[in-house]
Amino acid sequence: MSEKPGTVEVALFVTCLVDINRPSVGFAAVKLLEETGCRVVVPDTQTCCGQPAYNSGDRKSTKQIAADVIKAFKGFRYVVVPSGSCAGMITKHYPELFKDDPDLLLDAQDLAARTYELVSFLKDVRGFKPEGVKLDRKITYHDSCANLREMKVVDQPRALMNHIDGLELVEAEDREACCGFGGTFCIKYSEISEEMVDRKIDNILATKADMLAAGDLGCLMNIAGRLYRKGHDIKVLHIAEILADMSDGPGLGEERR
Amino acid sequence: MQVTSRNFKENSSKALKDDDLRVALNRVKTGFTTARATAASELPEFEELRNKSRDIKNDVLENLDYYLEYFEEKVLAQGGHVHWCSNATEAKAAILKICRDADAKTVTKGKSMITEEIALNKFLAAEGIEPIETDLGEYIIQLADEPPSHIIGPAVHKTKEQVTELFYEHHQKYGYTERQEDPEKLVGEARAVLRHKYVTADVGITGANFLVAETGSTVIVTNEGNGDLTQSLPKTHIVVASLEKIIPTLEDVSTVMRVLARSATGQEMSVYTTFSTGPKRSADIDGPENFHVVLLDGGRTEMLGTELEELLRCIRCGACMNHCPVYHAVGGHSYGWVYPGPIGAALNPQMVGLEEARHLPNASTFCGRCEEVCPVHIPLPKILRHWREKAFEQQIGPKPERWGIELWGFFAKRPTLYRLVTGIAARVLTKIAGRRGRIKSLPLMGGWTSVRDLPAPQGATFMAQWKKSGRGTQK
Repeated sequence: MSEKPGTVEVALFVTCLVDINRPSVGFAAVKLLEETGCRVVVPDTQTCCGQPAYNSGDRKSTKQIAADVIKAFKGFRYVVVPSGSCAGMITKHYPELFKDDPDLLLDAQDLAARTYELVSFLKDVRGFKPEGVKLDRKITYHDSCANLREMKVVDQPRALMNHIDGLELVEAEDREACCGFGGTFCIKYSEISEEMVDRKIDNILATKADMLAAGDLGCLMNIAGRLYRKGHDIKVLHIAEILADMSDGPGLGEERR
Repeated sequence: MQVTSRNFKENSSKALKDDDLRVALNRVKTGFTTARATAASELPEFEELRNKSRDIKNDVLENLDYYLEYFEEKVLAQGGHVHWCSNATEAKAAILKICRDADAKTVTKGKSMITEEIALNKFLAAEGIEPIETDLGEYIIQLADEPPSHIIGPAVHKTKEQVTELFYEHHQKYGYTERQEDPEKLVGEARAVLRHKYVTADVGITGANFLVAETGSTVIVTNEGNGDLTQSLPKTHIVVASLEKIIPTLEDVSTVMRVLARSATGQEMSVYTTFSTGPKRSADIDGPENFHVVLLDGGRTEMLGTELEELLRCIRCGACMNHCPVYHAVGGHSYGWVYPGPIGAALNPQMVGLEEARHLPNASTFCGRCEEVCPVHIPLPKILRHWREKAFEQQIGPKPERWGIELWGFFAKRPTLYRLVTGIAARVLTKIAGRRGRIKSLPLMGGWTSVRDLPAPQGATFMAQWKKSGRGTQK
């Protein structure tokens, strides 16, 4: 970290799920970014990265939404996203969307080059490691498909968790298998999704962990929702909340105190 | 086979409740994936070979006409025959003519997906010619009168107990009156029954893993040796293959073979690799007197130069389905046509129509594992997305789903309105959940809440809280 604190400007792409369902993940991201000396800006014209339309075949709407995102985040040195799949959408799919549109292609490529998934940004770009964070838990970490395959964010969350006092990481079997979320997939093909999430849950339970983390809220909502439906008590948090020492509040779907 | 892709949801619902199938699919999931991972990690140049294999197939697709004509020339020079067929009807007619000329009563068959594609068995049977499958898996499902559920393990959905019952039912006429439960004894029984059929068959039909342009050879890989007997014992050997099976040279074949079995079963090589180069020569001790290659287009050339062209690189190893969580959940029959799994979801809309097969490209989480393991780097998720876009353009699929996406898109393009609506939604959902922190059922969200609770929001949205805090929103 060569720059002075507060001089590195980072625009936070909140993501629609964090915005609506779990703002605490956004605030954890802000806290972490500030700890590494960044000044965080949240452009207020952002909505969503466009994946629901993109994955439903509505290319026209996707391009319109992507163009809005490109505009909202123009000029920032870094754009950081607390989600592998939204980061993947921006970095891998936006350039593909505008491949036949020379005007926006350069802008899309430019945004893609400036955009990072949160945990990899903290570790790889900012050299961050959690200090003085204590958490007496046995945790297992779920690799979202986007973080695993598109963004290659696999080692970074594990390396950072390793600096947390008291935290024991236990790996689940079949780590590379999808949890069955898949955006609208889990609603349209709920029975298949149920089978997939059940297999995932079997592997999570087998670790005897009492906490689950991941870097994508979609997977977490799916897995936490199913865990509760089946009566299991495992605290589910986004990795940012853990790294930011914000694990005290209720996990996803947990009762409010 | 009868196409039932339209009923994918019903098919998969049934499959999910089938306990025998669950046992069988679990075997695919654990067995094949581990085997492939081990094989890949033990060969340092595996990734390089994948890239080379992709390049070889790309070269083939760019110069398909050249290689095919080269291949034909070589086959003819060796005394074989080549039959160019643009569709299934022409291919079946060509095969029937060869069988009639051989005065065939029975034909033995090696495992072949292309003959499944053209539904050859049913056709031959209707013409009074008995087809006999000799691959053990194919033989089992022929007895069960079912289509294959996996491209390299056609009977992978069957449990050992089901095979015991099938053999008990069908082998009594050959004098096997006891139920065999030991797998080795089951295989022995099938072998004994089939051995007799090889000898009496008039024609042997096989597919081809490769057609080698430089030598005019056709190549099959098997683990049972059934292909060898099928093609060398009868007087006539018919090879049925689609155009994209062509490979320029023997050297290229050896490159692609090094990724084929490793990707499929995790073997370094299949147990048998058999090259057929023309009919029996005068000095040969055995081999077929007549050698025919039925070359089928079957919609392939239409795919050249389109978004689907990359599918023609497929070497039918089955790795995509072996690693597909949806296939693991629903099995091959749910897909409702010859090709299951990711390759089927990408290919079948082209072969049977998007209207019929619209579920297949939608029933994917885009997890990307298929592309990750595909030995020839076919971008399967990208092609599935292509079909979703086609379906959206052509307004295929339920209207409410479309309206939902359009409504969501309408808000997503209008940040102020979006803030208002998401703000209300977050507050309402928070209130519904109350102290419980989750919601058990919700109107219009049945797809979610039928399976899982909905973890409730935390009150105001992030954007609302951020705005209230007066912190930076602009550069």
